[in-house]
Amino acid sequence: MGVYEMLQIIIPSALFFAAPLIFTALGGVFSERSGVVNIGLEGLMVIGAFTGIVFNLTFADSFGELTPWLALIVAMIVGAIFSLLHAVASITFRADQVVSGVAINFLAVGLSLFLVKKIYGKGQTDQIQVGFDKIDIPVLSHIPIIGPLFFSNGYIPSYIAIVLAFVVWYILFKTPFGLRLRSVGEHPMAADTMGINVAKMRYIAVMISGALGGLGGAVYATIISRDFSHATISGHGFMALAAMIFGKWHPLGAMGAALFFGLAQSLSIVGQTIPFLKNVPTVYLLIAPYVLTILALTGFIGRADAPKALGTPYVKGKR
Amino acid sequence: MNSSRLTKFLIPVFAVLLGVIAGSIVMLVSGYNPIAGYSALLYGSFGDSYYIGETIRQTTPYILAGLAVAFAFRTGLFNIGVEGQLIVGWLASVWVGVSLDLPKVIHLPLAILAAAAAGALWAFIPGFLKARFKVHEVIITIMMNYIALHVTNAIIRSVLSDKGFKSETVHPSASLQSEFLQSITDYSTLHYGIIISLIGAIIMWFLLEKTAKGYELRAVGFNQHASQYAGMNVPRNIILSMVISGAFAGVAGAMEGLGTFGNISVKAGFTGIGFDGIAVALIGSNNAFGIILSALLFGALKVGALEMPSSADVPTELVDIVIALIIFFVASSYLIRLLLSRFKKEGK
Repeated sequence: MGVYEMLQIIIPSALFFAAPLIFTALGGVFSERSGVVNIGLEGLMVIGAFTGIVFNLTFADSFGELTPWLALIVAMIVGAIFSLLHAVASITFRADQVVSGVAINFLAVGLSLFLVKKIYGKGQTDQIQVGFDKIDIPVLSHIPIIGPLFFSNGYIPSYIAIVLAFVVWYILFKTPFGLRLRSVGEHPMAADTMGINVAKMRYIAVMISGALGGLGGAVYATIISRDFSHATISGHGFMALAAMIFGKWHPLGAMGAALFFGLAQSLSIVGQTIPFLKNVPTVYLLIAPYVLTILALTGFIGRADAPKALGTPYVKGKR
Repeated sequence: MNSSRLTKFLIPVFAVLLGVIAGSIVMLVSGYNPIAGYSALLYGSFGDSYYIGETIRQTTPYILAGLAVAFAFRTGLFNIGVEGQLIVGWLASVWVGVSLDLPKVIHLPLAILAAAAAGALWAFIPGFLKARFKVHEVIITIMMNYIALHVTNAIIRSVLSDKGFKSETVHPSASLQSEFLQSITDYSTLHYGIIISLIGAIIMWFLLEKTAKGYELRAVGFNQHASQYAGMNVPRNIILSMVISGAFAGVAGAMEGLGTFGNISVKAGFTGIGFDGIAVALIGSNNAFGIILSALLFGALKVGALEMPSSADVPTELVDIVIALIIFFVASSYLIRLLLSRFKKEGK
């Protein structure tokens, strides 16, 4: 097997695994840039996956081909509403944000499985019938060499995820809204003095992260698992969190890290079919994202600094 | 009891109450009978000697996991890595249990110590990174959880079995299982581990409240700068508290490895005990004796939940919802404080 054939297996499958991570990691960027720790990304993905699958199974007959797209939108809305719990606890009631995130994760798993059992009478949903089709991007897929590798045989959500990373970068770094959002995460008191409503900005940021987390979960469930059970989302939210940190709280960095983690994930699965990877125990690929994140945080791969006010509730009038 | 201590005591009680009420609302809304649901829960946790045995068995690792989280909390650290430390502890205890042949008086303590050492080592890494590079322990411990999960699975497949899915059963000389305890509880899986976890609680209380080192660890948790000016070695204390916390977590894993299961199998996901330990510690107010009570509460909830589908038709996950809500309410203790202070004002 030549190098090119290998790449043809590896790259599309890396894009495929990276998409949900990119969406969710971008969500994490919003929340943490505003100063709210979001360990609850995992739970938000669970809720998104659950919503996406249930919507798809319920409405596949009425909406036909449109169903998966509508399912993604509904998952975003539900994710945003669900993240309100985290927002209320950690912004209004000044809860420890890590503890509240842990609670989000517990609640998401409990609630979604409770509802699955209530609706379907068993612990696992059926497989969805209508998913996304693999497509070749017009024009771009005809570019020699690069075309077949990157732009053929992919899923649209993967490409949307990559475009979205640039959109998020623009929003955060080139618009007044983004500046305000970052300012409440760095120095909420200064932001407050300048007339920015700290609580409101943080609420918006957490809800955006909820929407994107929900989207990530729904994309994962729709393209990769195609059903929902307790094991559908197992650690992908934390991997997205790792991608966000490895990407130094920057949307493009987070995207790059998510792509890399997607690559590691895909290698651990398709690695068996690739000659020189056959002898590498999969465990190394499985732990690679986490080990790299630790190294990044420690400063071995450039220093990663969190937003200054991350994790501290803002109490008006308190120095 | 002065008013701040009373509030501290009331917050977990209120949180549990609110969680239970919210749980019954969830049951009502989704068309189940909350009274039937909670009766089934109660019967399934304390209804007869078998259920009591199972509840105490489930309480055993919860106490130790709660102690691990609480010990870190008390010294100003958040150890989310209890789950991973528990898994490596489980692995180490089973490894020693199957590969050595020793008299019981040596073998059993050795297996438990191996678990403690493995957990401590796993916690040493985040402790060291925090002390040396000022990296936040929450993220590192989360990452360490996944590394523990995958590495453990790889070792089970390649070392402890021949590409199989579980290890051999530990030798009787390293086992915590007890014919006697099983026979008095109608053949539940109750084992001697409960004694070890109670001893663990006493050790934690003694260490933190009665020794100079414990005072120092707590001082560092309260205020690093003040402790440093008082001449304490802050980095060393941070590492030490993580290591002790990890040792508790490792022993919790030994309870599963040497007691409940007697072996270790490849895991598709986390055991959940380490994460539940966070809830146990919070409800127990990070206090050794509070933790025994809250571990009992969570043990009863988890074991009792298994009875709910058959006798009340309620999915077991209801209990996970209730637990999540309890954590929310404890975390939002500001809300409960606000309510309490309002009641007090009206009382006057």
